[in-house]
Amino acid sequence: MERVPILKIGEILLVSIQVDMSDQTAVALQEDLAERIVATGCHGVIIDITALDIVDSFVGRMLSTIASISRVLDAETVVVGMRPAVAITLVELGLSLNGIRTALNVERGMELIAIDRADYDHDETGDDPIPEPTASP
Amino acid sequence: MALSADESGRLGELLTSRAEQVTQRWTEIMVGQLRGRLSQAELVRQVQELHRALLDALGKGTVDLQAEESTELRAVLAEFSRGQARQGLSATETATGVFALKEALLAALEADQSVETLRDYVAFSALVDQMGLFTFETFVRARESLIADQAEQLLELSTPVVKLWEGVVAVPLVGTLDSARAQVVMERLLQTLVDTGSPYAIIDITGVPAVDTQVAQHILKTVVAARLMGADCIISGIRPQIAQTIVALGIEFGDIATKASLADALRHVLRLTGVETSRRQPRREA
Repeated sequence: MERVPILKIGEILLVSIQVDMSDQTAVALQEDLAERIVATGCHGVIIDITALDIVDSFVGRMLSTIASISRVLDAETVVVGMRPAVAITLVELGLSLNGIRTALNVERGMELIAIDRADYDHDETGDDPIPEPTASP
Repeated sequence: MALSADESGRLGELLTSRAEQVTQRWTEIMVGQLRGRLSQAELVRQVQELHRALLDALGKGTVDLQAEESTELRAVLAEFSRGQARQGLSATETATGVFALKEALLAALEADQSVETLRDYVAFSALVDQMGLFTFETFVRARESLIADQAEQLLELSTPVVKLWEGVVAVPLVGTLDSARAQVVMERLLQTLVDTGSPYAIIDITGVPAVDTQVAQHILKTVVAARLMGADCIISGIRPQIAQTIVALGIEFGDIATKASLADALRHVLRLTGVETSRRQPRREA
């Protein structure tokens, strides 16, 4: 059975899906990812679907499930690299992948997670995340 | 509906012996009908070409416009009607141009009053009718392809995606938004988002004359697709009447940002990206 590799980059886990997803592959990926999140203590998961030509309701549900699992383990999930054709098909199918955050590419996804963590850390220490611009008198 | 070898032989003879008379009368009728919209020389050339092609076809014996042997005659007729279509002449004018041959033939046959001649004339005119109808069909096809080409060009021309700022692209929509155009706009916008890596897109609908539920649906789909890819869309250029229509129709844009002008939309995006705060002019004390 094919397994999807999970790479750790800094504080982020990167999952690049390059094979057709079957039930078994999806379940294995969910298990592996949950284990890795706990083992590494990462707070961000990036799922790269650049290589996927087809995203159907099955893959859509798998992404939602992974996002939910990660959220329970206190990790933010961002789906990146969706192709225009895939996005159009999803819209035509009426699947809007609720609860999943998206970014154009891996780089933007990493930025997104970094910003989120920064906000979160600030909130925890009680600091204001973004200093308010001082209004001129 | 075809001419027998005998009939076509006789018609061929007639067209050869009275060539001068027939083409002249033919040209006269066409000139009278077009009233100077095509030059006389051009018409004479067309008539002579048709005349020659018809003679060639008649020389081969039996004449049937659908048959293999008449390929050349069909080609000349098609060329004639395509030319007329491009010149902007109507379908009637084109077909009547061919039907004028009947009158020209009648003039040439007038001297001979026998029943035989009448029978020949009826057969000839049936052939001319066929030629006329063929011209008509080709004319319509030429016009249709012309229209299809123009529609395609219009589609290409009217959906540019422009880069407004680093990471901000805009689509100025001009003209009515139907399904085909909406699809092209969506595909091009999404592709540009990927190519430029822009996280913000502004859809400007200043040039869209009317927004109904269908147009709104198309725009919403584009926005949702862009969101799926990880880019945010702002709709701008909503004119007062359009805003009223949108509310009257009960169209919900949900949490999609809408702005009155493209400038407002750009300012909104720049504020989100944090550009404007560093560009704000210090307010002067009064």
